[in-house]
Amino acid sequence: MASRNVNLWKSIDWLTIVLYYSLILCGWLSICGASYDFGVGVTEFFSFDSRAGKQLLWITCAAVLGIVLLNVEKKYYELFAYPLYLLFLIILFVTPFIAPDIKGSHSWLRFGPVSIQPAEFSKFATALALARLLGSYGFSMKNRMDQVKMFAVVLIPMLLIILQNETGSALVYLSFFFVLFREGMSGTLLLLGVCAVMYFVIGVGQSEAFFSAMPVNVGAFVVFLLIPLFTAFLLGMYSKRKNLAWIVLGGNWAGTLLAWLFSRYVIPFDITYVQLALLALTAIYLLCLYVLERYASYILIALFALGSIGFYYSCNMLIDKLQPHQQMRIMVLLGLKDDPSGVGYNINQSKIAIGSGGLWGKGFLEGTQTKLNYVPEQDTDFIFCTIGEEQGFAGTTFILLLYGAFIFRLLYIAERQGKDKFTRVYAYSLVSIFTFHLFINVGMVIGLTPVIGIPLPFFSYGGSSLWGFTILLAVLLRFDAERDTHF
Amino acid sequence: MRNEYRYEKRKYVIAGIVAGIILTFIGRLYYLQIINDDYKEQAVDNAFLRKTVYPSRGVIYDRNGKLLVSNQPAYDVMVCMRNLKGLDTLAFCESLGITRDFFDKRVKDIKNRSLNPGYSPYTDQLFMGQLAATDFAKFQEKLYKFNGVSVRRRSIRQYGYSVAGHLFGDLGEVSKKDMANDGYYTRGDYIGKQGVESFYEKQLRGEKGVEVLLRDAHGRIKGKYLDGANDVAPVPGKNLVLSIDIELQQLAERLLKNKIGSVVAIEPSTGEVLCMASSPTFDPSLLVGRDRGANHRILSKDKQKPLLNRAVMGTYPPGSTFKTAQALTFLHEGIVTPTTQFPCSHGFVFGGLHVGCHTHGSPISLVPSLATSCNSYFCWGLHRMFSAPQYGRVQDAMTVWKDHMVAMGFGYRLGIDLPGEARGFIPNAAFYDKWYGGRWRGLTVISISIGQGEVTLTPLQIANLGATIANRGSYITPHVVKDIEGEELDSLYRFPKRTLVDKKHYEAVVQGMREAVLDGTCSGADLPGIEVCGKTGTAQNRGKDHSAFMGFAPMNDPKIAVAVYVENGGFGAVFGVPIGALIMEQYLTGTLSEESMAKAAGIERKKIIYGEQER
Repeated sequence: MASRNVNLWKSIDWLTIVLYYSLILCGWLSICGASYDFGVGVTEFFSFDSRAGKQLLWITCAAVLGIVLLNVEKKYYELFAYPLYLLFLIILFVTPFIAPDIKGSHSWLRFGPVSIQPAEFSKFATALALARLLGSYGFSMKNRMDQVKMFAVVLIPMLLIILQNETGSALVYLSFFFVLFREGMSGTLLLLGVCAVMYFVIGVGQSEAFFSAMPVNVGAFVVFLLIPLFTAFLLGMYSKRKNLAWIVLGGNWAGTLLAWLFSRYVIPFDITYVQLALLALTAIYLLCLYVLERYASYILIALFALGSIGFYYSCNMLIDKLQPHQQMRIMVLLGLKDDPSGVGYNINQSKIAIGSGGLWGKGFLEGTQTKLNYVPEQDTDFIFCTIGEEQGFAGTTFILLLYGAFIFRLLYIAERQGKDKFTRVYAYSLVSIFTFHLFINVGMVIGLTPVIGIPLPFFSYGGSSLWGFTILLAVLLRFDAERDTHF
Repeated sequence: MRNEYRYEKRKYVIAGIVAGIILTFIGRLYYLQIINDDYKEQAVDNAFLRKTVYPSRGVIYDRNGKLLVSNQPAYDVMVCMRNLKGLDTLAFCESLGITRDFFDKRVKDIKNRSLNPGYSPYTDQLFMGQLAATDFAKFQEKLYKFNGVSVRRRSIRQYGYSVAGHLFGDLGEVSKKDMANDGYYTRGDYIGKQGVESFYEKQLRGEKGVEVLLRDAHGRIKGKYLDGANDVAPVPGKNLVLSIDIELQQLAERLLKNKIGSVVAIEPSTGEVLCMASSPTFDPSLLVGRDRGANHRILSKDKQKPLLNRAVMGTYPPGSTFKTAQALTFLHEGIVTPTTQFPCSHGFVFGGLHVGCHTHGSPISLVPSLATSCNSYFCWGLHRMFSAPQYGRVQDAMTVWKDHMVAMGFGYRLGIDLPGEARGFIPNAAFYDKWYGGRWRGLTVISISIGQGEVTLTPLQIANLGATIANRGSYITPHVVKDIEGEELDSLYRFPKRTLVDKKHYEAVVQGMREAVLDGTCSGADLPGIEVCGKTGTAQNRGKDHSAFMGFAPMNDPKIAVAVYVENGGFGAVFGVPIGALIMEQYLTGTLSEESMAKAAGIERKKIIYGEQER
């Protein structure tokens, strides 16, 4: 089927390579900025003692690695997808036992002078295995056994990485659910997952704020605003009566607004009680509709609304039951604890760095926040700060648009594979992984998402992550280059 | 296949999510980087430490180029509370020579925000101020051991002579009021208090500079920002040359020892103050360094008020020295001529009033009346002036008289370049109208003609009267600073003012003052080969009479005018005349004869007992 005579030079997607090297170049310049110390010459960037110099070495190695992988035929990847996946499961499993303790995480393997983080490469193995599974003949999302296999491929490496105490890297595997969604997994499942994460992140550990004279739990308030939103969304999806969604959403939010006005100007009271009552009314209303119309979706959606409330309260109860230090870890993971010398301090300094950049930035190598070490991990997880400070809004927007172009190009490649489900699943894995990294990393740096330490691909300093992402990309380019040969 | 197609539409959901994320991020960045300004300020506060560089304060010389006031280094011990953990307190206290209790108290006070409003555990706080260089040397050896302790170099005053404390004034930390009045100052800055240090603060202080330093997250200094491109170098303060002759000043202060009073000498042609002594006085170096506070407390509690510069702040009845001013007024107003004679029968006896006088010939004309200091002559003069028809009412005569006095520099501040000058008192018609309910006449207020009653002058005003007579009717406002480096003196100290009295009338008064020295009350002031003019004063008050003298020399080319005022010193001839003579001799001949030296030693030893009451 596949031909050995693929003309790589002609059929490779050069645009992706241009975008890849644009990102690599911007990333290297950012590392120069982040690791630069005032008073050191610029020639320092080419010395292998400096981080910028070392990164140049990693980039060169990545190029060699990429060229090698580009010359391996697609059929070998298909052939070795499962063995490679199993090999990585073993490596991930033994890593915590043989890896040294680095800041509480056991995820780095040392080979002489080189340290490698297997978790960065297992994403490739997982993507390949998932593509192999979904692309195999006779695979069906409707089949229970196939579903189990599908989730197992994604969740096993995730659990193994959690055991290494690298929660951040493990969460990346959640992005594979977008691949599954594209391939036919129920959207409701994805929505439920997103809802659960949002309820948890927003609802847990929020402090109380004074809306009027009464203290109101911000978490409860926001979650109780979100529940009608999701409920209405589900009604819009599944109900035949299209105006029902607007009635539910409007009724709940308008009721909350009235309660807030009453609480502010007449008698102060805790308006979350009104929100709860409104949600209960919504559930009763849906149950009545079910009795009248015998349409099963209503009862499921009513259960979703009530279940959401239950989920919110059980999360809070669960947290309360935990030991204080365990609570703290969850709070810190979610970025909820504002500890000036801890996580809160980092985020604040990172926002200061970005915010002080203004429109055009302070200029290359002129950033003070990053040079003077106010920003932590400034050349790895917080590399985006350096861009924000030195290149300003113009620079950050340019980088985000460049990234957007890169991801959309991958999306385009994914969708042009025709019947080749293997390549499409693999390409969607890349889209999801890069999007997830961008979302979590940049979101963290600008204070929108919780602090989860994962690198910004092609920007954060480090050989493992650069090689990991380069392998993912080079292999996709090889698959894409072979697509014409299928006809 | 229909399903396949349905799922294919999901690519739009995924693309929408990607686009949504990127647009949300750009929006958030627009807010952080463009709309919100707080972060820019915070970044500046984080990274830049604006360190003040203090200029050196201007130094002060005397009129002969002798260095009077200069600068010496002192060291402030600073502590940064956050880094102080693990300090070997015992060794720290030992090297500073303080007790553990003192240490604990200071730490408590530093942390107390009501005492120390600028407290922050992250910045350096003053632990102990103004360590002298010798103490610092010992401390410095061990400084490396003390984490969180640093030293700030300051400069404090050093005095070449232990005299003229009132003139120099001193330096102290700025008060809240100082900071409110002038934004130049920040907490802990020094400012001139009293004296020349205060009056010429702006010239002496210079301009502070600033060093923009980069500070990293751990508070470590990482060097200068842009290699110091934004730094501002401090501008050193301007040096001053005083008009004071420091040797004359030393002599004046010596002669006033054990007495309360003042000596002021002025160069008549320029208005430059040659010496200005006030007794009791203090050594200016007492108000420098760590003991400043304690010494200041002792001095300010002293009942004899050594901190008071009596030469400009003390107001006294001028006594008979004032008669010269009366003679000039009467001559100018045509009340008397040099040949007019008045009777004196051991005083002025008229209309039931008796003002006593001493034995001399009668009737008496102007020159001898000044020479013998006849009270009667001046009482007659004032009586005649205040009842003269040309003025109409007595109030109008009084106004003319007052205008003469004011033009001679009395009743208002002269405007010397020292803070706290008193204006003295010259009564006017309205004052007496109020006092006597409108029913008064020349005889009622007759004692003002002999420098008694309500009239008071400062010793500086008396000296200025001497200078005005020496100049035959004009004076330049007295001042103690002769030159400011790179700056012209205020026009007040450069251009003369004239009295209302015609120049021709001065000769008779000069003649009277010369006669007083040759054959009158001031005979003790006669100097060989120098034509000295003088006038004694013996001012009555609640206690023993004050002894005063006003004079100038040489008569026809005046180089120095002097006023001496010794509280409760008795007759003018007892202290006033000999002190004045010694000052003139020292200044005009550059030294004292052997005989004069013995005389000076005698006067220095003479002690006046003042008792315990407040002065």
